[in-house]
Amino acid sequence: MSAVFEQIFQVGFLAAIIRIATPLAFATLGEMFSERAGVLNLGIEGIMLLSAMAGFTAANLSGSLWLGVLAAVLVGALMGALHALFTVALGLSQHVCGIGVTLFSSGLAYFLYRLIFGQQSVPPSIDGFKPVPIPLLSDIPILGPAVFNQFTLVYLAILAIPLAAFVLYRTPWGLSVRMVGENPRAADSAGVSVIATRFQAVILGGALMGLAGAFLTMAQFNAFTFGVVSGRGWVAIALVVFGRWDPWRSAGAALLFAFVDALQLRMQASGLGHIPYEAFLMLPFIFTIAAMAFMSRNAVAPSALLKPFRREER
Amino acid sequence: MLSSNVVPTGSTLALSAPLIEMRGITKSFGAVKANEAVDLSVAPGEILGLLGENGAGKTTLMNVLFGAYAPDAGEILVEGRPIAIHNSADALAAGIGMVHQHFHLAPRLTVLENLLIGIPGKSGRIDRAGGLARVNEIGSRHGLSLDPNLPVSALSVGEQQRLEIIKALFRGARLLILDEPTAVLAPSEVDGLFAALRSMAAQGLGIIFISHKLNEVRALTHRCVVLRHGKVAGRVDHPASTTSAEMAKLMCGHEIVPPTKEPSTPGASVLTLDGISTSGHAGTPLREVSLFVRAGEILGIAGVSGNGQRALADVISGMLPPNAGTMTIAGKTVAQFSPRELQALGLGRIPEDRMTTGLVTNLPLADSMVLPRVGTEAFSRKGLLNPAAIRAFAEAQIKAYDIRCPGPMVRAGALSGGNLQKALLARELAFDPKVLIVSQPTRGLDIGAARFIHEKFLAMRGKGCGIIVIGEDLEELLMLSDRIAVMYEGRIAGTLSGAEATVARLGLMMTGAEGRA
Repeated sequence: MSAVFEQIFQVGFLAAIIRIATPLAFATLGEMFSERAGVLNLGIEGIMLLSAMAGFTAANLSGSLWLGVLAAVLVGALMGALHALFTVALGLSQHVCGIGVTLFSSGLAYFLYRLIFGQQSVPPSIDGFKPVPIPLLSDIPILGPAVFNQFTLVYLAILAIPLAAFVLYRTPWGLSVRMVGENPRAADSAGVSVIATRFQAVILGGALMGLAGAFLTMAQFNAFTFGVVSGRGWVAIALVVFGRWDPWRSAGAALLFAFVDALQLRMQASGLGHIPYEAFLMLPFIFTIAAMAFMSRNAVAPSALLKPFRREER
Repeated sequence: MLSSNVVPTGSTLALSAPLIEMRGITKSFGAVKANEAVDLSVAPGEILGLLGENGAGKTTLMNVLFGAYAPDAGEILVEGRPIAIHNSADALAAGIGMVHQHFHLAPRLTVLENLLIGIPGKSGRIDRAGGLARVNEIGSRHGLSLDPNLPVSALSVGEQQRLEIIKALFRGARLLILDEPTAVLAPSEVDGLFAALRSMAAQGLGIIFISHKLNEVRALTHRCVVLRHGKVAGRVDHPASTTSAEMAKLMCGHEIVPPTKEPSTPGASVLTLDGISTSGHAGTPLREVSLFVRAGEILGIAGVSGNGQRALADVISGMLPPNAGTMTIAGKTVAQFSPRELQALGLGRIPEDRMTTGLVTNLPLADSMVLPRVGTEAFSRKGLLNPAAIRAFAEAQIKAYDIRCPGPMVRAGALSGGNLQKALLARELAFDPKVLIVSQPTRGLDIGAARFIHEKFLAMRGKGCGIIVIGEDLEELLMLSDRIAVMYEGRIAGTLSGAEATVARLGLMMTGAEGRA
């Protein structure tokens, strides 16, 4: 065990946490915006997969990584709009539509990937993002190389957290989002369009989920595989609850999950070979469930979560 | 009260153009005409009463004015100019603010955030400083102050209503619509509300005050419009000098005679509480409460809301086991304190909240009506429901109690408050309870429905049932009760006989100033 312990404070370990946390942070913030407006988006897993595919494909075909990121964000936003169309405009069940969006997006991702790349013996890959050291900051011992010698998308995720908090708590739009998630009728009587605000929040959420997908295929793995998301979307939904629908806490929850995930990766690689690696793979999920059970029992969801809003009702 | 009959700014008021005028408003929902050719106007500085029974179309008319419903016909003029109001944003822009019966607030956001919703920010940010300044200004001008940084969930109901009024003023409302604002308030809070409304009117605001409480309308308004079945049934130009009976007649279309109460001949005690104390309950716990009700007697429980009435009702109905004391029903000591045991002993109950603890709003009315006894012989056999018996029971009660509804299979939540209360009453009385406990039996009901409920109580009393009525409406308690006990801080502060009890005396005891064993 001491071998495992020694690795904890290594630069590589810290850098791994940050890398693992990045897509989770984007996805968690995305889900958080959607849920704060009162819309649960169970389409997240599929939206991340389709965005990851779209980003990879656009980057592969155009040769521009940023064009890939743009494609992923647009596809994420589009799928968010689709989910909003069903749940906000038509007022259908958010659970059912979310699962539908996940199944549809996943199927579409597989189908288009096969259609575009066919069956190749060597899966296509791209030359992904490279770490960009930030001058001066990257010279800080341990923290510097771990946090400030990362992909641009990582920096974007770090900036996204205070930005999300600012938007949610300090701007009129953010107040509208919180209000439509708590009491849509109150927002409506104050002249705020509940439908438009929810649409915007779910679309923004989808775009952030798209960024999460883009990170997976263009920075982390540099290729698209059908298992590239592997439950990260579902985890993000749990992290939003764990983070009590707050940007800072949600990002903290993502970081904590990433820590356990990085730890289990190290444990797999260390001298604990007699334990099947699948056992280690379970660790972060067991941790999430345990953390939810002990720390989120008093978490209160936005009051209007899951409730469609209709106007002329008697 | 006399002063309220005098128009505040004298003769100039009559000459100024109406702030708001509604002409020939008609609105139908399916075959039902909720409003038909309604005319109404409010001048600046005027408090207009809008009277009518439940379902008379008051709320619909105001929702048309506030843009929630589009009228089928008619027009709305603001300061003489016709305008179209398609949604609440249009209404707010025209200077119309509304305080709904059910507050439109987000409990977990702060007072200030609830005010700033929908207000454009300053350079992309929420304008907190500007908001604070305006709240303070409104607060000092009308005597409506609130801590802007408290979450709404920390406010009392009266304070939440104040916030709704501030919210309307914050948005520059010149006409304020209040939909039954006193229904949720304690008597002491009503005075504060009226003072604030008078101050606002004196400063030139127009106010529409919706109510079916005649004494309030007479005390507060300058003029009133009475609606019946969606049409204007009459207009009263001097409410303060018009009798309640005249106004009630306009509202109901016929005279309302108070029910006659036979002298009581109480028998043996049917319910006795001896030294009951509770703990671990939301709200004020009971402390050594002892009381009794005899057969053929109505015991009123008065008190300012939150002095242990909820715990008392929960103990008596078996939802809250006490941790000290004993309770006997018809001579039998209660052992388990479960609703089923008490029901078997002959207790009937009508809970305070019809919609949550009374019945299941999403189930058919018939199911809700048999719910407390669904497992008994009457409605099921060998573990299987007997739908025919359930339906027959519901149909019989609907007929006997004149419950207005499309039929026994209609969703219970679709019924009006008065009809729900009748259904709950029918459900309990059908099994001839020895003791009946009711909380706030006529809250939110109109005169006709309340009268019906009162008559049923008195009829049960005549048949030897012991009834406990927990209420805040002192007039009602005085009219019904043979004895009135007053609760204060979880104790019985004193009990008065019907002859001794007066509003003034009860009021003193409710504040803990006077006790009487």
